[in-house]
Amino acid sequence: MNDQIRKDRVTRFIETLNQARELGLTATEASDGRLTLCMPYDDRIIGNPDTGVIHGGAITTLMDTASGSVILCALEDFELCPTLDLRVDYMRPAEPKKPVYARAETYKVTRNIIFTRCEAFQEGGETIANCVGTFMRIGKEATPKHYRDLIAGGGE
Amino acid sequence: MTDPEVLRYTRETGDFSRMLESIPYARFIGLACDQFGDDLIFRLPQKEQNLGNPILPAIHGGVIGGFMEMSAAIYLMMSQDTVRMPRIVDFSLDYLRAGLNRETYAECRLTRQGNRVANVMITAWQKSRSQPIATARAHFLMED
Repeated sequence: MNDQIRKDRVTRFIETLNQARELGLTATEASDGRLTLCMPYDDRIIGNPDTGVIHGGAITTLMDTASGSVILCALEDFELCPTLDLRVDYMRPAEPKKPVYARAETYKVTRNIIFTRCEAFQEGGETIANCVGTFMRIGKEATPKHYRDLIAGGGE
Repeated sequence: MTDPEVLRYTRETGDFSRMLESIPYARFIGLACDQFGDDLIFRLPQKEQNLGNPILPAIHGGVIGGFMEMSAAIYLMMSQDTVRMPRIVDFSLDYLRAGLNRETYAECRLTRQGNRVANVMITAWQKSRSQPIATARAHFLMED
């Protein structure tokens, strides 16, 4: 599997997640066990109307999506892996009017569990948040074949 | 996060609509809050845009997190005697069951209130309070 295939799979996957579409998330970079997603600035996700700073919840969703989707970049075949837990540390508020990126990696893949790390940041800026997550492997057979085929795409 | 005037109004009337209307992200996910005596129950009505997994279908885990996070911040604001704005420091979330495409509820408990930092526990459920879909713990820095 090459990086273009990884990125295409992630793109098709996040296209099926309503909330990710609603937030306008896109995959910007993918490689073996690594993925970067971008979330554009949007007035609708502001948490503090006085400052225009977006709410932590949107960043949590960005990081959860990046951490869940990076799994597609680590496994040969698509498996839907439910999140067991997420721990998010907020370093600083995101600067308004600028997109936020999330760079995720799978740092350990076992038979049952996948461990992920993710960092949210802005262009030229410092880290906004860090996140570690664990995901459960329930096997690819747990996901309907039509959905697996959709993510794998016809062209591969 | 919110205007002191709106906070006072919310405290006096128990009507959260003005406060929630003033926070775009609360509107974005559809967060609502009801007061029963001193207790607050937060609600996340069913909403197609909040879904993640299309197979089940299930609410996006991030939205469940955002819902619980904002519930905790509002709960904390309401529990203070003065106008102090909570700023989230960290958030630890355990997913226990899939959040299905239906209304979700959350309640919060102040575990410890220090001078500057508060620790809040949050529980979210759908069908029954005894079967939570997620539990979370958050630290907030309280700013005057």
